[in-house]
Amino acid sequence: MKDTIEIRWHGRGGQGAKTAALLLADVAFKTGKYVQGFPEYGPERMGAPITAYNRISSEPIRVHSNIYEPQYVVVVDESLIEPVHVTAGLAEDGAIIINTPKTPDEVRPLLKGYKGRVYTLDAKEISMKTLGKNFPNSPMLAAIVAVSGIMEEGPFLEDMRQSYQHKFAKKPEVIEGNMEALKLAFREVMK
Amino acid sequence: MAIRERLSGNEAVAHAIKQINPDVMPAFPITPSTEIPQFVSTFISNGEIDTEFIPVESEHSAMSAAIGAEAAGCRTLTATSSCGMALMWEELYVAASNRLPLALALVNRALSGPININCDHSDSMGARDTGWLQIYAENNQEAYDNFVQAYRISEHKDVRLPIMICQDGFITSHAVENITLIEDDLVKKFVGEYTPEQYLLNPEMPMAVGPYATSPYYMETKMAQNTAMKNAKQVILDVAKEFEEMTGRHYGFFEEYRLDDADYAIVMIGSAAGTTKEAIDELRNEGKKVGLLKIRVFRPFPGEEIAKALAHTKAVAILDRSEGFRAGGGPLSAEVKEHLYDIQATTKAVSYIYGLGGRDYTVESARGVFAQLEDMIENGAEIPQYQYIGLRQ
Repeated sequence: MKDTIEIRWHGRGGQGAKTAALLLADVAFKTGKYVQGFPEYGPERMGAPITAYNRISSEPIRVHSNIYEPQYVVVVDESLIEPVHVTAGLAEDGAIIINTPKTPDEVRPLLKGYKGRVYTLDAKEISMKTLGKNFPNSPMLAAIVAVSGIMEEGPFLEDMRQSYQHKFAKKPEVIEGNMEALKLAFREVMK
Repeated sequence: MAIRERLSGNEAVAHAIKQINPDVMPAFPITPSTEIPQFVSTFISNGEIDTEFIPVESEHSAMSAAIGAEAAGCRTLTATSSCGMALMWEELYVAASNRLPLALALVNRALSGPININCDHSDSMGARDTGWLQIYAENNQEAYDNFVQAYRISEHKDVRLPIMICQDGFITSHAVENITLIEDDLVKKFVGEYTPEQYLLNPEMPMAVGPYATSPYYMETKMAQNTAMKNAKQVILDVAKEFEEMTGRHYGFFEEYRLDDADYAIVMIGSAAGTTKEAIDELRNEGKKVGLLKIRVFRPFPGEEIAKALAHTKAVAILDRSEGFRAGGGPLSAEVKEHLYDIQATTKAVSYIYGLGGRDYTVESARGVFAQLEDMIENGAEIPQYQYIGLRQ
């Protein structure tokens, strides 16, 4: 499992953290990798905290447990930072990406002493600007791809355009907005 | 050319169903198997297959309708989980005793209570004595491959028993992973058309299905079912061999992983076997001789073969993902121990319960089990012979 990248997503039911994890698995699959993307459900209801996971590797993946020592954590809903120990087990040489209008320095004191890299992204603002609605998962997906370096921006955007064309075959009008959200997020998170 | 894809376990089984294009699917939704009838009904509405989908009002009705359709001469299936299977209870026996080779895509989930949507094997293990064939999977690939092989086994004239193709709820059913799919035409050719010798809608040969059997006849029907179960062993191996010729993927009653020269082994079923393999590789690198026996076929139970494969080990841990409530272990441990006794193996066997209601089983969990076995044999440590893994302290 040495070459395996492990990622943990924190979100609330209905926000699309699971969908984002599955999309990330999709994107990594297209680069020729072995992938896993899976949710961990508590009570089945909107708004309850949920966790989703990704493993990405150049070798077949056999482990079917949850992830306790991820290299990356993505927090789709910043209200989870305090009630959930989002940096639990997170590698010090890894990173956490949080959906918030705050700066990394403003949120770091809430991260229970985590010393690794902290990135923030106002995914809500990006989503409102590009889609007119709050769908934070597309921007957060672009953010984790940018931070982890799983893929270069060009091939990532090309793959995602194909995914959206398939996913939104019946409402093509939302494709451009989602593509714009990805582009903005990809660049914004690395600033 | 095999097709490289990434699918969840539910998508994988639905894909196999699409390729097989069965005649009838009655179904009632229950988490985590709901997606399977959802996908299938989408294929139907897109005109990709012409399966007759029957939306019913309960699982009792789903299995009843499946029995009716199969008895009429249709290749039939349904899907369910947990309490949904519990509601099919009576019909499970009816399907098996009437020798109806229908398929059930079972996505394993804990039975109530407390109510819980996550994986354990209490649903299918409870149904282990209903007369159904049971085949289990470690991952999406195996769930798919097992489903492609299902009807070849169940419909075989020496078998004619219903078949349960099981996979772990959420852990594989909802996990997207890489998978290698088989081309549609190859699957169709492999599975073939269903041509039952006897069926209700055959005016040439009128028959009754499910009549009353008096005491002088009832027991013979049970013996006949048991003979069919025995016959299934050879059929399962024959079908697996043909499947391997088509795909290169090998299947048997069980998988032995680094077991040949192992001193200590874990015996288990399902997705946690992959996690155990990871622990075995780590421990082998540390010089420990450890291995795994992963059960694929639980009904019929390949007890003698399992006992022989384990007989050279010093100790085995038998891990059940369901309780037997006999205050001594789960069903897998009881059956493996029975057969170790039959061949007078000197192997020590310890019973463990893990993963109930979705409790996570990790590489560390497996390492802990192997450490206990070694401690018991090497240091004479007394360890509980029946214990729970990862219990909250």
